[in-house]
Amino acid sequence: MNRFAELLDRLSYEPGRNNKLRLITSYLHRAEDPDRGFALAALTGALSFKHAKPGLIRELIAARSDPVLFALSYDYVGDLSETVALMWPSSLPLPSGERSTGVAQRSRSGEGDLPDRTELTPSPGSRLAAQADLSPEGRGEERRRNDPTPTLTDVVTTLATLGKAELPAQLARWLDELDETGRWALLKLVTGSLRIGVSARLAKTAAAALGDKDPHDVELIWPGLAPPYLELFAWLEGRADKPVNRDPAPFRPVMLAHAIADADFGNLDAADYIAEWKWDGIRIQAVSGADQHGQIVSRLYSRTGEDITNSFPDLLPSLRRPGAIDGELLVLREGRVQTFNVLQQRLNRKTVTSKLLKEYPIHLRAYDLLSDGENDLRTLPFEARRGKLEAFIAELDDPRIDLSATIPFDDWERLSAARKDPVSAGAGLDADAVEGVMLKRRDALYLPGRPKGQWWKWKHDPHIIDAVLMYAQRGHGKRSSFYSDYTFGVWTDGEGGDVLVPVGKAYFGFTDEELLQIDRFVRRNTAEKFGPVRHVVHAPDQGLVLEVAFEGLARSPRHKSGVAMRFPRISRLRWDKPPRDADRLETLQRLLD
Amino acid sequence: MSPTPAYITGMRPQDILLPVAAGLCCKPGGFHIDPVRPVERAVITHGHSDHARPGHGAVLATHETLDMMRLRYGENFAGSTQAIRYGEELRLGDVTVTFHPAGHVLGSAQIAVSCGGTCIVASGDYKDAHDPTCTPFELVPCDVFITEATFGLPVFRHGDAAGEVDKLLASVKLFPERAHLVGAYSLGKAQRLIALLREVGYDAPIYLHGAMEKITNYYVGRGVPLGELRAVKGVKKADLAGTITLAPPSATSDIWTRRFPDPVTAFASGWMRVRARARQRGVELPLVISDHADWDGLTKTIKATGAGEVWVTHGQEDALVHWCTAQGLRARPLDLVGYGDEDGDAALASSEAAEA
Repeated sequence: MNRFAELLDRLSYEPGRNNKLRLITSYLHRAEDPDRGFALAALTGALSFKHAKPGLIRELIAARSDPVLFALSYDYVGDLSETVALMWPSSLPLPSGERSTGVAQRSRSGEGDLPDRTELTPSPGSRLAAQADLSPEGRGEERRRNDPTPTLTDVVTTLATLGKAELPAQLARWLDELDETGRWALLKLVTGSLRIGVSARLAKTAAAALGDKDPHDVELIWPGLAPPYLELFAWLEGRADKPVNRDPAPFRPVMLAHAIADADFGNLDAADYIAEWKWDGIRIQAVSGADQHGQIVSRLYSRTGEDITNSFPDLLPSLRRPGAIDGELLVLREGRVQTFNVLQQRLNRKTVTSKLLKEYPIHLRAYDLLSDGENDLRTLPFEARRGKLEAFIAELDDPRIDLSATIPFDDWERLSAARKDPVSAGAGLDADAVEGVMLKRRDALYLPGRPKGQWWKWKHDPHIIDAVLMYAQRGHGKRSSFYSDYTFGVWTDGEGGDVLVPVGKAYFGFTDEELLQIDRFVRRNTAEKFGPVRHVVHAPDQGLVLEVAFEGLARSPRHKSGVAMRFPRISRLRWDKPPRDADRLETLQRLLD
Repeated sequence: MSPTPAYITGMRPQDILLPVAAGLCCKPGGFHIDPVRPVERAVITHGHSDHARPGHGAVLATHETLDMMRLRYGENFAGSTQAIRYGEELRLGDVTVTFHPAGHVLGSAQIAVSCGGTCIVASGDYKDAHDPTCTPFELVPCDVFITEATFGLPVFRHGDAAGEVDKLLASVKLFPERAHLVGAYSLGKAQRLIALLREVGYDAPIYLHGAMEKITNYYVGRGVPLGELRAVKGVKKADLAGTITLAPPSATSDIWTRRFPDPVTAFASGWMRVRARARQRGVELPLVISDHADWDGLTKTIKATGAGEVWVTHGQEDALVHWCTAQGLRARPLDLVGYGDEDGDAALASSEAAEA
């Protein structure tokens, strides 16, 4: 448990993706089976046991601490698991020699490594020393062998079978045995709230790195694997063959498109391509297959291969035909595709209520077929797959699944016109949910990753506004010495004339050179500092205008301005423009209507 | 020692030491302890700038504390100075003063003030944990114990500093192409961290921010072995890969850090026990190493002094006063202002202001 706790601890502070990968891979390399397998399961969300409720944790600490001290501590720390982890009383018996008479020796210090510590303080420090008395090595391997602390495997396997009534006592025993970090990790684990900024995909990528394998390969066999993944590690470490994915509904690594630039068209022949609308939804893979008993198993995967089946139970009955559909998840109301803002209500939900299912009915718009029954279609050209897809969807004949229409065009001008006006080019009432067009080579095989020249995305031009930099905040990791997170605002009517109201935050879009320039500007034009945040001078004649590009706008009661931008980024620095000439809130409000 | 005058016997503790605006005032002795404003006669526990300020008439402190004040404020930091050794007895007015090791930083002392059979110990900042760079904490039995409460909440348990040093070295090993930048208070913490690194066998050169050089050299001059130290200034970026640099906490998130290759930002402080504190500062590698007693250290020490009365100052007074009362000890908070961690606290305070 200790190593896993150390890993979680490190990960919780590490902002960089690559560094997170290194930490996880290094852990998987050092930790043993089956502990590391359960750790990987914890990181990928593959562990399932009944989670402990915060109320239980509160009861445990209440029985072991002074209520005033607990209240003061909780108030200070602000997180229940962390407070309990930190103040859980050490179970070790107090060392003898505690003061019993009124007069203590004048000095207890002198020889030895931890003289006062062992005398006065029963903390992990003295625990070390106490164990050092038992084993000559003190630290390192010897300590570990004598370690009474539970392993991650102990915890996971016990929790899997433990009755509800036994949980409190078992949890208390573990908390007694672990140190602060161990207790914190245990409580995060049993309450089901790791929240350390690691996605399942990242954890699998780290595992792949252990054996220098392609993360796609791990993703492919993943659905057939179960914790503690002994066969996976055996393969990664070259001790065994690659595990075979016997999952009847496996994920297939997705094919991605490149963004097209104006210059690219000169090299492309319109006749080689098929165009479709680019839907502003969620890319998913819907897979169905028969298991050994002939039962149909259906799964939904995100584009990174995460199993998101449980979030969309309303789509499952429609996936009765064996095959693998590549398509876009959308919300349809009365046959009309809703915008991404509406779809968003269905995303990242822990529980799916029937109200949610009713108000946000889910729909799959299909644009590719990767397998039809037992047949893998990925080696066929796109045009042939498209034909199979059309037949598949027609035979399925399900209102929740339809075909993404193609856009007829003879040359790039025609397509460009369609992209500018999807309403009259066939998208009709669904045009609001169109974010551009897709171009796919007729002869493109279905290749994982982002192969060159096969698929192109030609998005709508983003919305652009000129906003004024209002606040700047330090970034994290590599950017921790830079003011790299910017809050920007636009003008609106205030009580005493025009005032700036914040409309968004952006922390990318600029070049490294521009970052240096903005950072310098922020430091020289700070009106006030609030810790890591700087109030940057923003007056009609003084300040920095940022050209902000964004994909869409939604009403937001949570923001003072009443609007929230989607995907805002800094597209240009307008050193030439005085802040008074920046845009007004009314301009944004018009976009909403 | 002259016989105690009759009017002094039966004195209440607050007749001996009383909190006033300038700090803790000893009327019968005619001095203040760690005054925050200039006074005629100051008795100073240790060299941190919130306790040792310039501009007093006369200063009584350990030799090391006086040296540190000289290093920081220049030769004329006080009208006159007097050095005192640990254990040495000194008569000041109607009281007797002795200094005892506080284990906080080099030269740090607890000050025992005795008068008419009553002994009050003003402990200043103290710790009862292992520190190779200073004389270990000495327990002084007393009637009234004045304790700090920087980490006066049961969530603060600092654990074993060696474990934190292991954590730092494991990170250096895992990221050999990156520089490790460790924020540490320049007086005490920096030198202790270096000494702890040396204790576990780390013998590579350790780099220092310019603001740490003077004090660190002073430690070396006082016979504290710290191994090979180098100024980081002027060192090429690429050469800092895989190295450890110590800097004042405020420097670890500033432009200065751009000279390092992809630095890992660490911070050695007792505050790092609380995650929100570490995150607030953008610390990636928090190291729980403190020069203050933790909750267990505070409570065990209070008990061990045998004091029947406890005065609690700077920090989490409420919790510690509550604990004392529950133990049957008389306890009260001393409302002294102007004390806190040295350079770190200002930064913390301002970042908290942003949170609020």
